[in-house]
Amino acid sequence: QRRVRGFAVIAALKRAASKLGEPQQKVFKIDSHMGVGVSGLCADAQSLVKLMRSDCLDHRFVYGEARAVGRLVEKVANKSQVHTQKYGRRPYGVGLLVIGHDELGAHVYETSPDGNYYDYKAQAIGARSQSAKTYLEKHVGEFADADRDALITHALLALRDTVGSKDEEGLTPRNTTIAVVGEGESISVLEGEALVALLDGLEGGTGGRKPGDDDDDVDLDG
Amino acid sequence: MFNTLNAQGYDVAELYCAPRALEAPSDGPRTRTLQPSVTGTSVLAVCYDGGVLLAADTLGSYGSLARFKSLSRLRPVGDSVVVGGSGDYSDFQHIHGMLDDMVVSDLCRDDGHETTPTMIHSYLARVMYQRRSKQDPLWNSIVVAGRRRGASYLGVVDKLGTSFEERVIATGYGQHLALPLMRKAIDDAGDAPLSRADALKLLEHCMRVLFYRDARSLNKIQIADVSDDGVSVTEPYELATDWQFGENVSHAAEGSW
Repeated sequence: QRRVRGFAVIAALKRAASKLGEPQQKVFKIDSHMGVGVSGLCADAQSLVKLMRSDCLDHRFVYGEARAVGRLVEKVANKSQVHTQKYGRRPYGVGLLVIGHDELGAHVYETSPDGNYYDYKAQAIGARSQSAKTYLEKHVGEFADADRDALITHALLALRDTVGSKDEEGLTPRNTTIAVVGEGESISVLEGEALVALLDGLEGGTGGRKPGDDDDDVDLDG
Repeated sequence: MFNTLNAQGYDVAELYCAPRALEAPSDGPRTRTLQPSVTGTSVLAVCYDGGVLLAADTLGSYGSLARFKSLSRLRPVGDSVVVGGSGDYSDFQHIHGMLDDMVVSDLCRDDGHETTPTMIHSYLARVMYQRRSKQDPLWNSIVVAGRRRGASYLGVVDKLGTSFEERVIATGYGQHLALPLMRKAIDDAGDAPLSRADALKLLEHCMRVLFYRDARSLNKIQIADVSDDGVSVTEPYELATDWQFGENVSHAAEGSW
């Protein structure tokens, strides 16, 4: 969700379709230097993830190198655009947040069903992303100088702001995913056990339902 | 032929005969060529301290005829790579065209990403191997030399798709006559890389030896340089040769040399 010259981080909140269900996977590793977080129709997301993985593998085989992030994003965007213009097709119902690291540094891109793609310093997508965006806009000046761990903290804090204050659990190892990639570090997707230490150390707690009244939570509109 | 299927359901003809794709229509043009026409001889290349030097003569032979005496067999690709081609010259032109397309495509994109020496070498290796597998090879040995982010790159791909990187490269007769000389030079230098002056001296010496011994060579050569300052290819120039040694050769026996 944010990037600096060296690193890019995604933080995602997973929701289950019902109380009985497992939370849906939101973050996918595309190649050792690239990952995506999805928001929207999961089936369409799977299709695009498959396309991206295939492209990266093919590129490595032919050219012996990692695929440039921006070029792959552009390929996805061009495919999405075709689906807005050709007869009989429907647009992909999913937006992707692509994080990656290549020769030009760390990147965060967003794709959308309309076929556009955007280069970001930081971005949030999905339901209730507005609160996260507010946090990101407030702290955007700090990202350039932040180190890897500080970026992960920022991502979690931004994600925490999307959690409703009263009737939901906050960030837990079960419903949160972190992915980080950057200079000298292949992408790692952290879930479950790996997040316990990170979440426990989060200043101000993990948000959501708290015992007793707490005025510190961000008040969300709607 | 009637389609006979065996017990496992496989077409018998497909199992035991060459794939139908290899059969050329008898009335059409020949689409699989297994012999070169205009050819270039050796290409030599050596890494030095700060870049890579390549050498090649400017001769295009038509069999035993020295037909075209001003061909450029060393060509830049973008501003950080030079490719040198021995073998069929038209195939080399085709290959260079493909590589140039990659560079032009980058220029059009204008997004900061460049085609690197690794990409060119890997791409060529895949193309050459694929063509070889279709029994329709590009009849070349291509030397890929580049300089990127302060590091030199030198590799070669041949018509079979064999590819590797090395500090000294030679193709054609150069493999047999020049490579031992080049290897000795870098071994004698030990861990220290060659200076540009020494590398140039080495290449000119080897090109001279090749002109003496390779019967399909010319003493008009070009030198290409890839360094942090970019790519440059010299105008063709003549290598002075000395045939005086023939005076002192003993003529004691017929055919002695």
